[in-house]
Amino acid sequence: MSLLSIRGIGKHFGGLQVLEDVNIEVPGGAIFALIGPNGAGKTTVFNLVTGLIKPSSGSIAFEGRDLAGVPPHQITRLGIARTFQNIRIFPDMTLLENVMVGRHHLLNYGGLALLFATPAFREAERRSRERALELLSWVKLDHKADATADNLSYGEQRKLEFARALATEPKLLLLDEPVAGMNPSEKAVLMEEIRNIRDRGYGVFLIEHDMRFVMNLCDRVAVLNFGRIIAEGPPDEIRTHPDVIEAYLGRGDEAEVS
Amino acid sequence: MAAFADFWATYSTLVYSVGIHALLALSLWLTLSCGLLSLANAAFMGIGAYTAALLTLNLHWPFPAALLGGAVAPAVVALIIGAPTLRLSGVYLAMATLAFGEVTRILILNLQITGGPEGLNGIPLLTTGWYIVVILAVAGYGLARIRRSRLGRAFEAIREDEVAARLMGINVESHKLAAFTLGAVLAGVAGALNAHFTFFISPREYGFENAVDILTMTILGGTTSLIGPVLGASILTLLPELMRFLHAYRLAVNGLILVVVVLFLPTGLWDARRFRQLLKNRRARKGGQP
Repeated sequence: MSLLSIRGIGKHFGGLQVLEDVNIEVPGGAIFALIGPNGAGKTTVFNLVTGLIKPSSGSIAFEGRDLAGVPPHQITRLGIARTFQNIRIFPDMTLLENVMVGRHHLLNYGGLALLFATPAFREAERRSRERALELLSWVKLDHKADATADNLSYGEQRKLEFARALATEPKLLLLDEPVAGMNPSEKAVLMEEIRNIRDRGYGVFLIEHDMRFVMNLCDRVAVLNFGRIIAEGPPDEIRTHPDVIEAYLGRGDEAEVS
Repeated sequence: MAAFADFWATYSTLVYSVGIHALLALSLWLTLSCGLLSLANAAFMGIGAYTAALLTLNLHWPFPAALLGGAVAPAVVALIIGAPTLRLSGVYLAMATLAFGEVTRILILNLQITGGPEGLNGIPLLTTGWYIVVILAVAGYGLARIRRSRLGRAFEAIREDEVAARLMGINVESHKLAAFTLGAVLAGVAGALNAHFTFFISPREYGFENAVDILTMTILGGTTSLIGPVLGASILTLLPELMRFLHAYRLAVNGLILVVVVLFLPTGLWDARRFRQLLKNRRARKGGQP
Protein backbone atom coordinates (compact mmCIF):
# COMPACT_ATOMS: atom_id res chain seq x y z
CA MET A 1 0.00 0.00 0.00
CA SER A 2 1.29 3.47 -0.79
CA LEU A 3 1.84 6.03 1.94
CA LEU A 4 -0.07 8.84 0.26
CA SER A 5 -2.83 8.30 -2.27
CA ILE A 6 -4.13 11.20 -4.30
CA ARG A 7 -7.17 10.02 -6.24
CA GLY A 8 -8.92 11.96 -8.96
CA ILE A 9 -8.17 15.34 -7.43
CA GLY A 10 -9.55 18.40 -9.19
CA LYS A 11 -9.16 22.00 -8.08
CA HIS A 12 -10.49 25.19 -9.56
CA PHE A 13 -10.22 28.74 -8.26
CA GLY A 14 -13.37 30.38 -9.62
CA GLY A 15 -13.33 29.66 -13.35
CA LEU A 16 -9.65 28.72 -13.41
CA GLN A 17 -9.09 24.96 -13.53
CA VAL A 18 -5.73 24.37 -11.82
CA LEU A 19 -5.79 20.61 -11.38
CA GLU A 20 -7.83 18.04 -13.26
CA ASP A 21 -8.20 14.37 -12.33
CA VAL A 22 -4.76 14.08 -10.74
CA ASN A 23 -3.81 10.62 -9.49
CA ILE A 24 -0.56 10.16 -7.56
CA GLU A 25 0.54 7.24 -5.39
CA VAL A 26 3.52 8.15 -3.18
CA PRO A 27 5.27 5.09 -1.74
CA GLY A 28 6.92 5.04 1.71
CA GLY A 29 10.69 4.86 2.13
CA ALA A 30 11.36 6.29 -1.32
CA ILE A 31 12.02 9.61 -2.99
CA PHE A 32 9.16 10.64 -5.25
CA ALA A 33 9.32 13.76 -7.40
CA LEU A 34 6.60 15.84 -8.98
CA ILE A 35 8.00 17.90 -11.81
CA GLY A 36 6.50 20.19 -14.41
CA PRO A 37 6.77 23.62 -16.00
CA ASN A 38 6.00 26.80 -14.07
CA GLY A 39 2.35 27.19 -13.21
CA ALA A 40 1.56 23.52 -13.78
CA GLY A 41 -0.10 23.32 -10.34
CA LYS A 42 2.61 21.56 -8.33
CA THR A 43 2.46 23.72 -5.22
CA THR A 44 -1.34 23.46 -5.31
CA VAL A 45 -0.94 19.71 -4.88
CA PHE A 46 1.11 20.33 -1.70
CA ASN A 47 -1.41 22.86 -0.41
CA LEU A 48 -4.16 20.28 -0.90
CA VAL A 49 -2.23 17.49 0.82
CA THR A 50 -1.42 19.66 3.85
CA GLY A 51 -5.04 20.80 4.13
CA LEU A 52 -4.38 24.51 3.52
CA ILE A 53 -6.96 24.41 0.72
CA LYS A 54 -9.81 22.00 -0.02
CA PRO A 55 -10.07 20.03 -3.25
CA SER A 56 -13.00 20.69 -5.57
CA SER A 57 -13.26 16.97 -6.25
CA GLY A 58 -11.49 13.71 -5.53
CA SER A 59 -9.91 12.43 -2.32
CA ILE A 60 -6.57 12.25 -0.54
CA ALA A 61 -5.66 9.44 1.85
CA PHE A 62 -2.63 9.11 4.11
CA GLU A 63 -1.86 5.56 5.33
CA GLY A 64 -5.34 4.62 4.20
CA ARG A 65 -7.00 7.38 6.19
CA ASP A 66 -9.13 9.90 4.30
CA LEU A 67 -7.90 13.45 4.92
CA ALA A 68 -11.15 15.21 3.94
CA GLY A 69 -12.10 17.73 6.62
CA VAL A 70 -8.94 17.16 8.69
CA PRO A 71 -7.47 20.56 9.68
CA PRO A 72 -3.82 21.31 8.73
CA HIS A 73 -2.38 20.99 12.24
CA GLN A 74 -3.96 17.54 12.58
CA ILE A 75 -2.53 16.47 9.23
CA THR A 76 0.92 17.43 10.51
CA ARG A 77 0.31 15.34 13.63
CA LEU A 78 -0.65 12.36 11.45
CA GLY A 79 2.84 12.50 9.96
CA ILE A 80 3.06 14.87 6.99
CA ALA A 81 5.53 17.76 7.20
CA ARG A 82 6.48 20.25 4.52
CA THR A 83 8.84 23.02 3.55
CA PHE A 84 7.91 26.02 1.42
CA GLN A 85 9.04 27.28 -1.96
CA ASN A 86 9.36 30.82 -0.55
CA ILE A 87 11.02 29.92 2.78
CA ARG A 88 8.83 30.45 5.85
CA ILE A 89 11.07 30.22 8.90
CA PHE A 90 10.39 32.17 12.12
CA PRO A 91 12.94 34.97 11.59
CA ASP A 92 13.12 36.45 15.12
CA MET A 93 13.45 33.10 16.89
CA THR A 94 16.71 31.23 17.37
CA LEU A 95 17.49 28.18 15.26
CA LEU A 96 16.92 25.95 18.28
CA GLU A 97 13.53 27.57 18.98
CA ASN A 98 12.56 27.23 15.31
CA VAL A 99 13.17 23.49 15.42
CA MET A 100 11.56 23.12 18.85
CA VAL A 101 8.34 24.66 17.52
CA GLY A 102 8.14 21.60 15.28
CA ARG A 103 8.02 19.43 18.40
CA HIS A 104 4.99 21.30 19.76
CA HIS A 105 2.53 18.41 19.53
CA LEU A 106 5.08 15.93 20.91
CA LEU A 107 5.39 17.87 24.17
CA ASN A 108 2.20 17.01 25.98
CA TYR A 109 2.76 18.34 29.49
CA GLY A 110 -0.16 20.25 31.01
CA GLY A 111 -0.54 23.80 32.27
CA LEU A 112 0.33 23.00 35.89
CA ALA A 113 3.49 21.10 34.99
CA LEU A 114 4.46 24.13 32.93
CA LEU A 115 3.82 26.64 35.74
CA PHE A 116 5.67 24.68 38.40
CA ALA A 117 8.43 23.42 36.10
CA THR A 118 7.93 19.88 37.40
CA PRO A 119 10.57 17.19 36.76
CA ALA A 120 8.37 15.75 34.00
CA PHE A 121 8.26 19.17 32.33
CA ARG A 122 12.04 19.64 32.57
CA GLU A 123 12.67 16.16 31.25
CA ALA A 124 10.32 16.63 28.27
CA GLU A 125 11.88 20.00 27.44
CA ARG A 126 15.40 18.60 27.79
CA ARG A 127 14.72 15.67 25.50
CA SER A 128 13.03 17.95 23.01
CA ARG A 129 16.04 20.28 23.02
CA GLU A 130 18.41 17.36 22.51
CA ARG A 131 16.42 16.06 19.57
CA ALA A 132 16.28 19.56 18.07
CA LEU A 133 20.07 19.85 18.36
CA GLU A 134 20.46 16.44 16.78
CA LEU A 135 18.31 17.51 13.83
CA LEU A 136 20.30 20.73 13.51
CA SER A 137 23.47 18.65 13.40
CA TRP A 138 21.99 16.55 10.57
CA VAL A 139 21.88 19.72 8.48
CA LYS A 140 25.17 20.98 9.99
CA LEU A 141 23.70 24.02 11.67
CA ASP A 142 24.13 22.95 15.30
CA HIS A 143 27.01 25.40 15.83
CA LYS A 144 24.56 28.25 15.18
CA ALA A 145 21.76 26.92 17.40
CA ASP A 146 21.47 30.11 19.48
CA ALA A 147 21.70 32.59 16.60
CA THR A 148 18.48 34.18 15.35
CA ALA A 149 17.24 32.67 12.13
CA ASP A 150 17.26 35.90 10.10
CA ASN A 151 21.07 35.91 10.30
CA LEU A 152 21.24 32.80 8.12
CA SER A 153 22.12 32.72 4.45
CA TYR A 154 19.50 31.63 1.96
CA GLY A 155 20.81 28.09 1.69
CA GLU A 156 21.06 27.80 5.47
CA GLN A 157 17.48 28.98 5.87
CA ARG A 158 16.36 26.17 3.55
CA LYS A 159 18.28 23.69 5.65
CA LEU A 160 16.76 25.08 8.84
CA GLU A 161 13.29 24.66 7.35
CA PHE A 162 14.23 21.10 6.51
CA ALA A 163 15.31 20.38 10.10
CA ARG A 164 12.19 22.06 11.46
CA ALA A 165 9.97 19.88 9.26
CA LEU A 166 11.77 16.75 10.48
CA ALA A 167 11.20 17.85 14.07
CA THR A 168 7.50 17.05 13.75
CA GLU A 169 8.61 13.38 13.35
CA PRO A 170 6.86 12.93 10.00
CA LYS A 171 6.48 9.75 8.00
CA LEU A 172 6.29 11.75 4.81
CA LEU A 173 8.27 14.88 4.05
CA LEU A 174 7.02 17.29 1.38
CA LEU A 175 9.80 19.46 -0.04
CA ASP A 176 8.76 22.37 -2.25
CA GLU A 177 11.74 23.17 -4.51
CA PRO A 178 14.37 22.32 -1.89
CA VAL A 179 17.38 23.41 -3.99
CA ALA A 180 15.96 26.62 -5.48
CA GLY A 181 18.59 29.36 -5.24
CA MET A 182 21.36 26.99 -4.14
CA ASN A 183 24.74 26.70 -5.82
CA PRO A 184 25.89 23.34 -7.25
CA SER A 185 27.95 22.31 -4.23
CA GLU A 186 25.11 23.16 -1.83
CA LYS A 187 22.80 21.14 -4.09
CA ALA A 188 25.10 18.13 -3.93
CA VAL A 189 25.19 18.32 -0.13
CA LEU A 190 21.42 18.60 0.17
CA MET A 191 20.97 15.73 -2.28
CA GLU A 192 23.06 13.57 0.00
CA GLU A 193 21.03 14.70 3.01
CA ILE A 194 17.74 13.84 1.30
CA ARG A 195 19.11 10.39 0.48
CA ASN A 196 20.09 9.98 4.13
CA ILE A 197 16.59 10.96 5.16
CA ARG A 198 15.12 8.31 2.88
CA ASP A 199 17.54 5.71 4.21
CA ARG A 200 16.39 6.52 7.73
CA GLY A 201 12.92 5.37 6.61
CA TYR A 202 11.15 8.62 5.78
CA GLY A 203 9.10 8.97 2.62
CA VAL A 204 10.10 12.02 0.57
CA PHE A 205 7.77 13.75 -1.88
CA LEU A 206 9.40 16.69 -3.61
CA ILE A 207 8.65 19.32 -6.21
CA GLU A 208 11.53 20.45 -8.34
CA HIS A 209 12.49 22.37 -11.44
CA ASP A 210 16.10 21.23 -11.61
CA MET A 211 15.90 18.19 -13.93
CA ARG A 212 19.41 16.91 -13.28
CA PHE A 213 18.82 17.05 -9.54
CA VAL A 214 15.56 15.09 -9.89
CA MET A 215 16.91 12.48 -12.29
CA ASN A 216 19.91 11.69 -10.10
CA LEU A 217 18.04 11.60 -6.85
CA CYS A 218 14.56 10.22 -7.26
CA ASP A 219 13.22 6.71 -7.29
CA ARG A 220 10.06 7.70 -9.12
CA VAL A 221 8.85 10.77 -11.00
CA ALA A 222 5.48 12.15 -12.02
CA VAL A 223 5.13 14.97 -14.53
CA LEU A 224 2.41 17.59 -14.19
CA ASN A 225 1.53 19.86 -17.10
CA PHE A 226 -1.44 22.24 -17.27
CA GLY A 227 -2.99 20.58 -14.22
CA ARG A 228 -2.78 17.02 -15.57
CA ILE A 229 -0.38 14.16 -14.94
CA ILE A 230 1.15 13.41 -18.34
CA ALA A 231 3.66 10.74 -17.32
CA GLU A 232 4.71 8.70 -14.30
CA GLY A 233 7.51 6.20 -13.78
CA PRO A 234 11.19 5.70 -12.98
CA PRO A 235 13.53 8.57 -14.00
CA ASP A 236 15.00 6.77 -17.05
CA GLU A 237 11.57 6.24 -18.51
CA ILE A 238 10.54 9.87 -17.86
CA ARG A 239 13.69 11.27 -19.45
CA THR A 240 12.81 9.72 -22.79
CA HIS A 241 9.03 10.09 -22.60
CA PRO A 242 7.93 12.03 -25.73
CA ASP A 243 5.16 13.98 -23.94
CA VAL A 244 7.60 15.13 -21.25
CA ILE A 245 10.15 16.29 -23.80
CA GLU A 246 7.42 18.18 -25.57
CA ALA A 247 6.20 19.81 -22.33
CA TYR A 248 9.66 20.98 -21.42
CA LEU A 249 11.26 21.73 -24.78
CA GLY A 250 8.39 22.21 -27.18
CA ARG A 251 7.91 20.11 -30.32
CA GLY A 252 10.68 17.92 -31.69
CA ASP A 253 11.57 20.01 -34.75
CA GLU A 254 12.02 23.14 -32.57
CA ALA A 255 14.22 21.23 -30.16
CA GLU A 256 16.48 20.13 -32.98
CA VAL A 257 17.05 23.73 -34.04
CA SER A 258 18.48 24.60 -30.65
CA MET B 1 11.50 55.32 59.16
CA ALA B 2 9.56 58.52 59.61
CA ALA B 3 10.86 59.76 56.27
CA PHE B 4 9.58 56.61 54.65
CA ALA B 5 6.18 57.01 56.30
CA ASP B 6 6.01 60.53 54.92
CA PHE B 7 6.99 59.39 51.48
CA TRP B 8 4.48 56.56 51.59
CA ALA B 9 1.66 58.83 52.70
CA THR B 10 2.30 61.10 49.74
CA TYR B 11 3.23 58.63 47.04
CA SER B 12 1.58 55.29 47.89
CA THR B 13 -1.18 55.93 45.35
CA LEU B 14 1.44 56.52 42.70
CA VAL B 15 3.32 53.33 43.57
CA TYR B 16 0.05 51.37 43.48
CA SER B 17 -0.70 52.87 40.08
CA VAL B 18 2.68 51.80 38.74
CA GLY B 19 2.00 48.22 39.84
CA ILE B 20 -1.48 48.13 38.34
CA HIS B 21 -0.35 49.70 35.09
CA ALA B 22 2.49 47.19 34.91
CA LEU B 23 -0.08 44.40 35.24
CA LEU B 24 -2.14 45.95 32.44
CA ALA B 25 0.89 46.32 30.19
CA LEU B 26 1.79 42.66 30.83
CA SER B 27 -1.77 41.63 29.94
CA LEU B 28 -1.41 43.32 26.57
CA TRP B 29 2.11 41.95 26.17
CA LEU B 30 0.61 38.44 26.33
CA THR B 31 -1.96 39.15 23.61
CA LEU B 32 0.66 40.86 21.45
CA SER B 33 3.07 37.94 21.92
CA CYS B 34 0.60 35.87 19.90
CA GLY B 35 0.44 38.57 17.21
CA LEU B 36 -2.97 39.88 18.27
CA LEU B 37 -3.30 43.67 18.18
CA SER B 38 -6.14 43.98 20.67
CA LEU B 39 -7.69 47.14 22.07
CA ALA B 40 -10.08 45.19 24.28
CA ASN B 41 -7.92 45.08 27.41
CA ALA B 42 -9.28 48.37 28.82
CA ALA B 43 -12.77 46.91 28.57
CA PHE B 44 -11.64 43.68 30.24
CA MET B 45 -10.16 45.83 32.99
CA GLY B 46 -13.54 47.52 33.38
CA ILE B 47 -15.42 44.22 33.50
CA GLY B 48 -13.02 42.97 36.19
CA ALA B 49 -13.30 46.21 38.17
CA TYR B 50 -17.11 46.30 38.14
CA THR B 51 -17.49 42.59 38.87
CA ALA B 52 -15.14 42.68 41.85
CA ALA B 53 -16.55 45.96 43.18
CA LEU B 54 -20.13 44.70 43.00
CA LEU B 55 -19.12 41.49 44.74
CA THR B 56 -17.56 43.32 47.70
CA LEU B 57 -20.11 46.16 47.80
CA ASN B 58 -23.36 44.26 47.44
CA LEU B 59 -22.55 40.68 48.40
CA HIS B 60 -19.77 41.43 50.90
CA TRP B 61 -17.51 38.74 49.46
CA PRO B 62 -14.03 38.50 50.93
CA PHE B 63 -11.48 40.36 48.82
CA PRO B 64 -9.59 37.32 47.42
CA ALA B 65 -12.87 35.81 46.22
CA ALA B 66 -13.87 39.12 44.65
CA LEU B 67 -10.51 39.26 42.87
CA LEU B 68 -11.16 35.79 41.53
CA GLY B 69 -14.56 36.99 40.28
CA GLY B 70 -12.79 39.93 38.65
CA ALA B 71 -10.58 37.44 36.81
CA VAL B 72 -13.27 34.96 35.78
CA ALA B 73 -15.86 37.43 34.40
CA PRO B 74 -13.59 38.97 31.73
CA ALA B 75 -12.26 35.50 30.87
CA VAL B 76 -15.79 34.29 30.12
CA VAL B 77 -16.48 37.37 27.99
CA ALA B 78 -13.15 36.90 26.18
CA LEU B 79 -13.99 33.28 25.37
CA ILE B 80 -17.36 34.31 23.96
CA ILE B 81 -16.23 37.25 21.81
CA GLY B 82 -12.86 35.65 20.97
CA ALA B 83 -14.23 32.85 18.83
CA PRO B 84 -15.69 35.13 16.12
CA THR B 85 -13.29 38.13 16.33
CA LEU B 86 -9.96 36.28 16.43
CA ARG B 87 -10.47 35.15 12.84
CA LEU B 88 -9.56 38.73 11.97
CA SER B 89 -5.98 39.86 11.88
CA GLY B 90 -3.97 43.05 12.16
CA VAL B 91 -5.88 46.29 11.86
CA TYR B 92 -9.22 44.50 11.42
CA LEU B 93 -8.83 42.83 14.80
CA ALA B 94 -7.89 46.19 16.34
CA MET B 95 -11.10 47.68 14.92
CA ALA B 96 -13.27 44.80 16.15
CA THR B 97 -11.80 44.91 19.67
CA LEU B 98 -12.12 48.70 19.70
CA ALA B 99 -15.81 48.32 18.88
CA PHE B 100 -16.17 45.73 21.63
CA GLY B 101 -14.57 48.18 24.07
CA GLU B 102 -17.05 50.90 23.15
CA VAL B 103 -20.00 48.52 23.45
CA THR B 104 -18.79 47.51 26.91
CA ARG B 105 -18.34 51.12 28.00
CA ILE B 106 -21.81 52.12 26.78
CA LEU B 107 -23.34 49.04 28.39
CA ILE B 108 -21.78 49.95 31.75
CA LEU B 109 -22.96 53.52 31.23
CA ASN B 110 -26.58 52.46 30.78
CA LEU B 111 -27.05 49.54 33.14
CA GLN B 112 -28.81 49.97 36.49
CA ILE B 113 -26.56 47.69 38.48
CA THR B 114 -23.36 49.53 37.47
CA GLY B 115 -24.69 52.87 38.65
CA GLY B 116 -24.81 54.32 35.15
CA PRO B 117 -22.77 57.45 34.46
CA GLU B 118 -22.29 58.10 38.18
CA GLY B 119 -20.40 54.85 38.53
CA LEU B 120 -19.88 53.00 41.79
CA ASN B 121 -19.08 54.91 44.95
CA GLY B 122 -17.72 53.84 48.33
CA ILE B 123 -15.90 50.73 47.22
CA PRO B 124 -14.07 49.36 50.29
CA LEU B 125 -10.35 50.16 50.26
CA LEU B 126 -9.09 46.59 50.38
CA THR B 127 -6.11 46.73 48.03
CA THR B 128 -2.88 46.80 49.98
CA GLY B 129 0.63 47.02 48.62
CA TRP B 130 1.12 43.32 49.28
CA TYR B 131 -1.76 42.31 47.02
CA ILE B 132 -0.21 44.25 44.18
CA VAL B 133 3.32 43.00 44.79
CA VAL B 134 2.27 39.36 45.12
CA ILE B 135 -0.07 39.38 42.12
CA LEU B 136 2.48 41.19 39.97
CA ALA B 137 5.16 38.68 41.00
CA VAL B 138 2.90 35.70 40.31
CA ALA B 139 1.90 37.14 36.92
CA GLY B 140 5.53 37.85 36.01
CA TYR B 141 6.58 34.36 37.07
CA GLY B 142 3.73 32.72 35.18
CA LEU B 143 4.46 34.66 32.00
CA ALA B 144 8.17 33.87 32.27
CA ARG B 145 7.33 30.17 32.56
CA ILE B 146 5.00 30.37 29.55
CA ARG B 147 7.74 32.01 27.50
CA ARG B 148 10.05 29.06 28.12
CA SER B 149 7.51 26.39 27.20
CA ARG B 150 5.77 24.98 24.16
CA LEU B 151 2.97 27.50 24.74
CA GLY B 152 5.25 30.55 24.51
CA ARG B 153 7.05 29.16 21.48
CA ALA B 154 3.71 28.50 19.81
CA PHE B 155 2.55 32.09 20.49
CA GLU B 156 5.74 33.46 19.01
CA ALA B 157 5.57 31.16 16.00
CA ILE B 158 1.97 32.25 15.31
CA ARG B 159 3.04 35.90 15.51
CA GLU B 160 5.90 35.36 13.06
CA ASP B 161 4.17 33.15 10.48
CA GLU B 162 0.68 31.82 11.03
CA VAL B 163 0.68 29.37 8.12
CA ALA B 164 4.06 27.89 9.04
CA ALA B 165 2.94 27.60 12.68
CA ARG B 166 -0.21 25.74 11.58
CA LEU B 167 1.88 23.30 9.57
CA MET B 168 4.10 22.69 12.60
CA GLY B 169 1.07 21.03 14.20
CA ILE B 170 -0.04 24.06 16.23
CA ASN B 171 -3.78 24.63 16.63
CA VAL B 172 -3.63 28.34 15.80
CA GLU B 173 -7.24 29.15 16.76
CA SER B 174 -7.10 27.65 20.24
CA HIS B 175 -3.74 29.26 20.99
CA LYS B 176 -4.99 32.69 19.93
CA LEU B 177 -8.04 32.24 22.12
CA ALA B 178 -5.80 31.21 25.04
CA ALA B 179 -3.58 34.30 24.68
CA PHE B 180 -6.60 36.59 24.37
CA THR B 181 -8.34 35.05 27.39
CA LEU B 182 -5.27 34.99 29.65
CA GLY B 183 -4.69 38.64 28.70
CA ALA B 184 -8.30 39.36 29.75
CA VAL B 185 -7.71 37.62 33.11
CA LEU B 186 -4.68 39.79 33.89
CA ALA B 187 -6.48 42.97 32.81
CA GLY B 188 -9.52 41.99 34.90
CA VAL B 189 -7.41 41.44 38.02
CA ALA B 190 -5.69 44.79 37.45
CA GLY B 191 -9.13 46.42 37.23
CA ALA B 192 -10.32 44.70 40.42
CA LEU B 193 -7.21 45.84 42.32
CA ASN B 194 -7.60 49.36 40.95
CA ALA B 195 -11.26 49.62 41.98
CA HIS B 196 -10.41 48.70 45.57
CA PHE B 197 -7.97 51.50 46.12
CA THR B 198 -9.53 54.35 44.15
CA PHE B 199 -12.82 54.13 46.13
CA PHE B 200 -14.77 55.17 43.03
CA ILE B 201 -15.06 53.85 39.47
CA SER B 202 -16.97 55.16 36.46
CA PRO B 203 -17.38 54.05 32.83
CA ARG B 204 -15.11 56.85 31.60
CA GLU B 205 -12.03 55.09 32.94
CA TYR B 206 -12.38 52.10 30.62
CA GLY B 207 -12.81 53.74 27.24
CA PHE B 208 -10.71 54.22 24.15
CA GLU B 209 -8.28 56.57 25.89
CA ASN B 210 -7.33 53.92 28.42
CA ALA B 211 -6.98 51.27 25.70
CA VAL B 212 -4.47 53.50 23.90
CA ASP B 213 -2.66 54.20 27.18
CA ILE B 214 -2.14 50.49 27.76
CA LEU B 215 -0.92 50.05 24.20
CA THR B 216 1.47 53.01 24.56
CA MET B 217 2.99 51.60 27.75
CA THR B 218 3.59 48.20 26.22
CA ILE B 219 5.02 49.45 22.93
CA LEU B 220 7.15 52.11 24.64
CA GLY B 221 8.73 49.55 26.95
CA GLY B 222 9.16 46.96 24.21
CA THR B 223 7.56 43.58 23.64
CA THR B 224 10.68 41.43 23.29
CA SER B 225 10.85 40.72 27.02
CA LEU B 226 8.77 40.99 30.20
CA ILE B 227 10.87 43.89 31.48
CA GLY B 228 9.75 46.13 28.62
CA PRO B 229 6.05 46.44 29.54
CA VAL B 230 6.85 47.00 33.23
CA LEU B 231 9.38 49.70 32.30
CA GLY B 232 6.93 51.35 29.89
CA ALA B 233 4.16 51.33 32.51
CA SER B 234 6.48 52.83 35.13
CA ILE B 235 7.69 55.61 32.87
CA LEU B 236 4.24 56.60 31.62
CA THR B 237 2.80 56.56 35.15
CA LEU B 238 5.61 58.60 36.67
CA LEU B 239 6.14 60.97 33.76
CA PRO B 240 2.96 63.06 34.31
CA GLU B 241 3.93 63.48 37.96
CA LEU B 242 7.40 64.64 37.00
CA MET B 243 5.96 67.00 34.42
CA ARG B 244 2.98 68.43 36.21
CA PHE B 245 3.29 71.64 34.26
CA LEU B 246 2.28 69.64 31.17
CA HIS B 247 -0.66 68.01 32.85
CA ALA B 248 -3.36 69.22 30.50
CA TYR B 249 -1.26 68.04 27.57
CA ARG B 250 -0.55 64.61 29.07
CA LEU B 251 -2.41 62.82 26.27
CA ALA B 252 -0.60 64.81 23.61
CA VAL B 253 2.72 63.93 25.23
CA ASN B 254 1.71 60.24 25.32
CA GLY B 255 0.87 60.37 21.64
CA LEU B 256 4.14 62.12 20.87
CA ILE B 257 6.10 59.49 22.78
CA LEU B 258 4.34 56.70 20.88
CA VAL B 259 5.18 58.34 17.54
CA VAL B 260 8.81 58.91 18.48
CA VAL B 261 9.25 55.37 19.77
CA VAL B 262 7.66 53.78 16.71
CA LEU B 263 9.85 55.89 14.43
CA PHE B 264 13.19 55.59 16.19
CA LEU B 265 12.94 52.56 18.49
CA PRO B 266 10.48 50.19 16.81
CA THR B 267 11.36 47.41 19.28
CA GLY B 268 10.80 49.67 22.31
CA LEU B 269 13.10 50.99 25.02
CA TRP B 270 14.02 47.61 26.44
CA ASP B 271 15.14 45.26 23.70
CA ALA B 272 17.14 42.33 25.06
CA ARG B 273 18.34 41.42 21.60
CA ARG B 274 19.69 44.89 20.89
CA PHE B 275 21.52 44.87 24.24
CA ARG B 276 23.09 41.51 23.46
CA GLN B 277 24.18 42.82 20.08
CA LEU B 278 25.72 45.93 21.65
CA LEU B 279 27.56 43.79 24.20
CA LYS B 280 28.85 41.52 21.46
CA ASN B 281 30.10 44.45 19.36
CA ARG B 282 31.84 45.89 22.38
CA ARG B 283 33.52 42.60 23.18
CA ALA B 284 34.53 42.19 19.55
CA ARG B 285 36.08 45.66 19.56
CA LYS B 286 37.95 44.96 22.79
CA GLY B 287 39.12 41.60 21.44
CA GLY B 288 40.38 43.33 18.29
CA GLN B 289 42.81 45.48 20.26
CA PRO B 290 46.29 44.06 20.82
